[in-house]
Amino acid sequence: MIAKEKIVELEATASKLRQHVIKMICAAASGHPGGSLSAADIITVLYFYKLNHRAKEPHWAERDRFVMSKGHAAPILYAALAEAGYFPVDYLHTLRRIGSSLQGHVDMLSLPGIEMSTGSLGQGLSAANGMALANRLDKRASRVYCLLGDGECQEGQVWEAAMTAAHYKLDNLTAIIDHNKFQIDGPVAEIKNVAPLPEKWQAFGWHVVRCDGHKMEAIIDALEQAEKTKGKPTMIIADTIKGKGVSYMEASPLDFHGKAPTVEERDKALEELCRREKKT
Amino acid sequence: MSERKMVATRDAYGKALAEIGKENYNVVVLDADLKVSTKTVGFAKAFPDRFFDMGVAEQDMVGTAAGLAAAGKIVFASTFAVFGSGRAWDQVRVSVAYTRLNVKLAVTHAGITTGEDGASHQANEDIAIMRAIPNMTVVVPSDGVETEKVIREAVKFYGPMYIRLSRPKTPVIHDDPNYHFRIGKGEVMRAGTDATIIACGLMVALALDAAELLAKEGTKVRVVNLATIKPLDAELIVNCAKETGAVVTAEEHSILGGLGGAVAEVLGENAPVPMARVGLKDTFGESGTPEELLVKYGLTAEEIARAVRSVIKRKH
Repeated sequence: MIAKEKIVELEATASKLRQHVIKMICAAASGHPGGSLSAADIITVLYFYKLNHRAKEPHWAERDRFVMSKGHAAPILYAALAEAGYFPVDYLHTLRRIGSSLQGHVDMLSLPGIEMSTGSLGQGLSAANGMALANRLDKRASRVYCLLGDGECQEGQVWEAAMTAAHYKLDNLTAIIDHNKFQIDGPVAEIKNVAPLPEKWQAFGWHVVRCDGHKMEAIIDALEQAEKTKGKPTMIIADTIKGKGVSYMEASPLDFHGKAPTVEERDKALEELCRREKKT
Repeated sequence: MSERKMVATRDAYGKALAEIGKENYNVVVLDADLKVSTKTVGFAKAFPDRFFDMGVAEQDMVGTAAGLAAAGKIVFASTFAVFGSGRAWDQVRVSVAYTRLNVKLAVTHAGITTGEDGASHQANEDIAIMRAIPNMTVVVPSDGVETEKVIREAVKFYGPMYIRLSRPKTPVIHDDPNYHFRIGKGEVMRAGTDATIIACGLMVALALDAAELLAKEGTKVRVVNLATIKPLDAELIVNCAKETGAVVTAEEHSILGGLGGAVAEVLGENAPVPMARVGLKDTFGESGTPEELLVKYGLTAEEIARAVRSVIKRKH
């Protein structure tokens, strides 16, 4: 059982990361707030509870690796890396600026802590499989984590990779779908339905866990179930809300997939997030 | 022309890979359901723990290769050239080249000599689309001896590489087993002053034959084996243009964007001289034997010689 204090601490961290996301994207005047906010709690649990990593030694051989397959959610990962100590929090405001290591989509060569460059959807899970195979070859106990979008599951390569992970019994791999139900053009169910996701992944040979992607205990429990599962990879389908934590983004997620908040919108968002942080 | 030993570059690759597997435990090999054809089968049998068949899924193969490389492995990924370059182009671009990861795409059945399988399987555009990607090194070995050297260099070299190999047996033109291949350096295989033929892959042997034909007419032609298409040996190309005054390129690839395109870019900017490109003239191939196809699509010593005569005429 995880201590209540730890949960409260994680919730506060998630709120802080969300505030960074809003500020960064507003400063950059471009970026993807919706999918960063929906992934905020998952990323918080990974970087501040689950992952075995060292901010001061990003290439430590025994580390767990995290692949952000939905590369447009870069801001939430940058916020987590900064708060974890990979680079100064002040640097976050350089997002998407020329010369910055905080590229629009994550770039492993420009920023230590990024395990794989992504942005062209559908590619991350294959890379995560490769890392999991390498860990097995080198007899490292480290795990590999990969976060996908639900719209991303329309990419064929995702299903090629799904077969690979199951075929090679990669039980050292945990994948997570940030199931926020929206893509750029509309609701995933209307654009090109990916449902039923749990049944699809099960049919592809994965152990599937479904959880509330905004409840810390639920995310932790799902990740621990994955670690205990032997002989097959685990897919956590995390039900999330696009724009989570900012009322007007939650209310109209399609307007904030790839659009930055204005200064007024930023302030309103920060006020809401601060209020929530105090409540927890 | 003297009798030459015949070796398929894919066979030389398979042999080199199996030897390297013994020496370097960090080498991992992936294939996409073509291990018998690409010749990775030798490695697969000798080192089953370090061989992964990815099935008919080239995009996933390239992505998996990137992940293995990110975790420190030296990865050779093989399939046919059409699939490795075309089907998985975006994966090569983002997961392998943008990341500058240590993945060697060693692809076989390049060019029209893939033969009977027909146009869908004949990669005649791969050099163009691979060399357009930043961080990518592109190598087209001329024979079996050079292929072995290239594969050994590839293990030592850190970074993404595209190594283009052929299906049929082709003449061995490197007699010296101590021949030293260097990435990015062309090799003058025959001296000459009237014109230069710059060739890659199996066309180098035909370029040497063309030079022999022209010698009978009193024309002295230099022949350069330009195995590395990228990074290009611009210094050698410019020197050849300045010293011989005319250049012909010969490649088993489209004349658009490949070796001929790369050489034309360098000459256009640095040393414009009469130039001609021998290769596929913006066309798909078809089924046939490799020999028949080479003749039908103008990839012969006679065609190269004809091109040389035409550029020499334009010198005056």
